[in-house]
Amino acid sequence: MVVKASQDDPEKARRFREAALPYLDDAYTLARYLLRDAADAEDAVQECYLRAYKHFDSYRGPAMKPWLFAILRNVCRAEYARRKTAPTAVEELPEGGDQTPLWNEAPETPEKQLLRRFDGDTVRKLVAALAEPFRETFVLREIQNLSYREIADVAAVPVGTVMSRLARARAMLRSAWLAEQEQVK
Amino acid sequence: MNCEEAEVLVHALIDGELDAGHAREVEAHIEGCAHCAALMKEYQEIRQAIAESDVRYKAPLELRRKIEKALPQPQAAPSRRSVLRGFAMGSAVSAMAATGLVAIVLRNDDEQRIENEVVSAHLRSLQAGHLIDVVSTDQHTVKPWFNGKLDVSPPVIDLTAQGFTLIGGRLDYVNAREIGAVVYKRRQHVINLFVAQTASTDRKSAKISTLQGFNIRRWSDRGLNYWAVSDLGADELTEFGDKFEGAMRANKEG
Ligand SMILES: [Zn+2]
Repeated sequence: MVVKASQDDPEKARRFREAALPYLDDAYTLARYLLRDAADAEDAVQECYLRAYKHFDSYRGPAMKPWLFAILRNVCRAEYARRKTAPTAVEELPEGGDQTPLWNEAPETPEKQLLRRFDGDTVRKLVAALAEPFRETFVLREIQNLSYREIADVAAVPVGTVMSRLARARAMLRSAWLAEQEQVK
Repeated sequence: MNCEEAEVLVHALIDGELDAGHAREVEAHIEGCAHCAALMKEYQEIRQAIAESDVRYKAPLELRRKIEKALPQPQAAPSRRSVLRGFAMGSAVSAMAATGLVAIVLRNDDEQRIENEVVSAHLRSLQAGHLIDVVSTDQHTVKPWFNGKLDVSPPVIDLTAQGFTLIGGRLDYVNAREIGAVVYKRRQHVINLFVAQTASTDRKSAKISTLQGFNIRRWSDRGLNYWAVSDLGADELTEFGDKFEGAMRANKEG
C-alpha cells in the first residue's frame, strides 16, 4: 500500500498515528472475529488504516474507535462479498433473518448449577461460532465495550436492532455454552 | 411486562442502557419471575466469564510495521530513511531485528529529536483528561495494565514513601512507536517517566538536560531507555531518578 504524494504530510501522519494506532489491537481483534481468518484480518486492518488515513481530514470525532470500526466493517463486508464466490462462503442469515422473534428459540429452563468456566481458546471458539449479524453485535458490545449508540453507528442500524441482535446473540451463546458444558462433562 | 419483553430488555438492563423507568419495570418483572431472574443471572455469569477470559487478539508486529511504512515518516533524516529502506527490502530481516535497528540508528543522531518529542508528549499529557489511562496508586494495578499493550511493559515502582506518588500509567507515542508512560506526582508537579525498549543492554548513567523550560533526566539500563520529564527543578528530578534506580536495584537483588 502506498500513500499518494498529496497525502505525504508528516504533521497529519503524526496526528493520525497518535489518534489511531493505539486501537490497532482492537481493530485486529474485531477483524479476527468478523473474518475468522488471521491473514484476511491482517489485510483488512491494513486496508482500514489506509482508508482511515485518507479520510482523516474529514474526521470530526467524537470517538476514534467507533469511527475506525465503521471503516473496518465496510472493508470486511467487501471481503465477505468476495468470499461469496469462493467455495467457503461465510454463512449469513437471509435478509430480515434477525427479525425472527426471540421467543422462537425460547431459552430452556436455566440450570441450577453454576456455569462452567472455559479457557480463552474455548470462549473464542464459542464467540466465533455465532452467526452474523449477531457475532458482530456481540463482539462490539462484550469485547470492545461499545455503547448501543456506538454499535448502531458502526453497523448502520437503529438502536432497537442492536438491542434485539444482542438479545439473540446472548441467547445463542448461552445455548452453545451449555452444550459445550454438556459435552465436556 | 411479560417474559418475552423481559427477555430482550434484560440485556439492556445488564448493559446499563435502560432509562430509570424501564429499568424499574424490568427489575419488577424479574423479582416476580424465577425464570427471568435465573436467565439474567446466567447472562451475567457468561458476561463475567468472557470479561475474565483472554478473548482478544494482539496485532502482529508485521502488521504494525506495514502500516507504519505506508504513512509519511515524521521529519525523517535522510540517513535514517535510507537505512530503513535498506532493511525493509530485506525480507529475511525479522521484525524484532528491525525494531532493534531503529533503536540503534536513532541513538546516533536523533537523540535531540526524541527529547523534543518526549517534551511534547509531556505537554500533551498535561491537557485536561490526557494524563492517565489507568488511574491507580497501586503498582500491582498499573503494571499488569501495560501487559499486552506494549511489547515490553515498563517497570512500575511505588515511590510514595520516598516522596513521589505513583498516580497511574498511560500509553503514549514517541518516535513513531507506542511507549509506556508511568506518571508520578510531587506536590502539584507531574513527572512523566517514559520507558522504551532499546537494542543495547549497556547501562548509561543519567544525564540532565533542559528543553522548553522542562527538565529531562535520561538514562538507560537493562535494555530500557528512560526519560523522566517534569517542571520540577533539576535537583528534585535527580532525586526522583536516584530513588527510582535505587528501588530497581533493590527489586533485582531482593
Ligand atoms: Zn419472566
